[in-house]
Amino acid sequence: MTDAVAEDLHRLVTESDAIAAQSHAIVVEHLEKHYGDYHALRDINLNIPSGSLTALLGPSGSGKSTLLRAIAGLEVPDGGTVRIGDEDVTYVPPQKREIGFVFQHYAAFKHLTVRDNVGFGPSIRKQPKAEIAKRVDELLEIVGLDGYQDRYPSQLSGGQRQRMALARALAVHPKVLLLDEPFGALDAKVREDLRGWLRQLQSETGVTTVLVTHDQEEALDVADHIAVLNEGAIEQWGSPREVYETPANDFVMSFLGPTAVLRGALVRPHDLVLSHEHIDGAVSTVVERVVHLGFEVRVELRDEQGEQLSAQTTRGEAARLDLAVGQRIFVRPGQPDAAPAPTTA
Amino acid sequence: MGRTAAGGIGPIGLGVAVLWLSVIVLLPLAAITVRSFDDGLGGFIDAIDAPAARAALTVTVGVSLIVTLINVVMGTLIAWVLVRDDFRGKGFVNALIDLPFALPTIVASIVLLSLYGPQSPFNIELNATRPALVIALLFVTLPFVVRAVQPVLIELDKEVEEAAASLGASNLTTFRRIILPTLAPAILSGAGLAFTRAIGEYGSVVLIGGGIPRETEVASQYIQKQIEIDRFVNAAAVSVTLLLIAFVVLLVLRLIGGRAARREERAG
Repeated sequence: MTDAVAEDLHRLVTESDAIAAQSHAIVVEHLEKHYGDYHALRDINLNIPSGSLTALLGPSGSGKSTLLRAIAGLEVPDGGTVRIGDEDVTYVPPQKREIGFVFQHYAAFKHLTVRDNVGFGPSIRKQPKAEIAKRVDELLEIVGLDGYQDRYPSQLSGGQRQRMALARALAVHPKVLLLDEPFGALDAKVREDLRGWLRQLQSETGVTTVLVTHDQEEALDVADHIAVLNEGAIEQWGSPREVYETPANDFVMSFLGPTAVLRGALVRPHDLVLSHEHIDGAVSTVVERVVHLGFEVRVELRDEQGEQLSAQTTRGEAARLDLAVGQRIFVRPGQPDAAPAPTTA
Repeated sequence: MGRTAAGGIGPIGLGVAVLWLSVIVLLPLAAITVRSFDDGLGGFIDAIDAPAARAALTVTVGVSLIVTLINVVMGTLIAWVLVRDDFRGKGFVNALIDLPFALPTIVASIVLLSLYGPQSPFNIELNATRPALVIALLFVTLPFVVRAVQPVLIELDKEVEEAAASLGASNLTTFRRIILPTLAPAILSGAGLAFTRAIGEYGSVVLIGGGIPRETEVASQYIQKQIEIDRFVNAAAVSVTLLLIAFVVLLVLRLIGGRAARREERAG
């Protein structure tokens, strides 16, 4: 996103009262959900600070969407509580929760124009027509769809439809904004643009936002906090840096980024140091392939037990080591700049 | 349909289709139209202006309209239950829907006569009344709206309803403002088929209806009678009138339904 766009967004959000500055924390306690024999949510406890952007990250079937839908009221839990702000909403229907929900596949009202889609929520609340029209125009300007008022959803691109869906969700002054894989159906470039834009919009409006994603890069990029889910339970909760750098367990470690196995332990490929000398703790390997990915170089190795692992290094480091296929090289976990003094092999 | 469309079958296919339609549909329709004007325009007007003819047409159209309206409501409801609800024997009920349509209509008439006739087991005697016509026509036109709405309902995105709910819409509001407009083209198309089938129906009403002139005599019965007394022009004129009504109704519904459907079909 360019600075000009960001400034524009700032101006629009500050000038307009289309998005009320209200923030509500979400507190989930001991949440349980079963579908028949399938245990979808296992004792979920989550405290989402007001005004934050939280990502629920996990593979498919991890329960992340079910959790979001329980917060929205689209699923009724078997046990536990959901609170939005000061209110226990566990058994409150979605209509009365004052939430904004955005779906992966837009869920556009196809028979209505963009204007009527965005104005749907306010019109149900029987707000005066002129007021609705004004708010719709403001919101469409904020989401960058000004001038598209009279189009139908089918005349919009995927990215535009999702912007419209966001405007529609924001139109009802939601206490919290819930997004279920909102960029999942978009292509990479649009996804990245929208991601940055959402981040900006969220910090401008300060509305508590929860985003479900299976894309760890997206979660790391956009969120203040990440809850990593697996098999219906939360494996770890923390800032992007915490979950990436100090993962609670092997699952979190491997889900948040590439890993290599060194002496039975998981390490990040970029935390592997290669050297020609044998250093204590180093493993002897043979170079199988050297892949140049721009600045990074991925080195595929095979250790003496025949296990494959890959290390990630920089272009400069690769050149210094003069890596060649078939070459013997020693691998150890650590930082290259903090290399201990070599010992005799 | 044309040669320019991708996957078109070319001029020979088009020729065969047009020829077939001409022989099977257009030729008989043209013949009966010509026949109805055997005594000139005056003869045509006299034929349909005869009190018995007018009464038969009025009864037919009136009863068919009621039947169509009931079908729109009940057909949509049945389709809804079949698509959205899970219950034992759903497959059986689903198969049952087509039965009235598949059954020889005279059988339907006999069944209804034994239920609502002089020997009614429930002591409900509707024999030779207009309600009997409505029941008979409801029976034979049941599948049209159900079968038109069902596939659209299956395709309906559940998330759209959830989105409406999250925006504060009650179930009724969601149905009225989101679901119904989406179903409208299908409902209209089913209604058109039900209506046109109803105005031409003969077999199912012939026994239970009683055919009392100016009371329960429908157009098809009137036509039959005119043929029996060798008044071909009268029969042809009423037939052409039915044809016109059917044509206009289908055309109007198609225009209304098409407008709604076009917005949807633009979807990429």
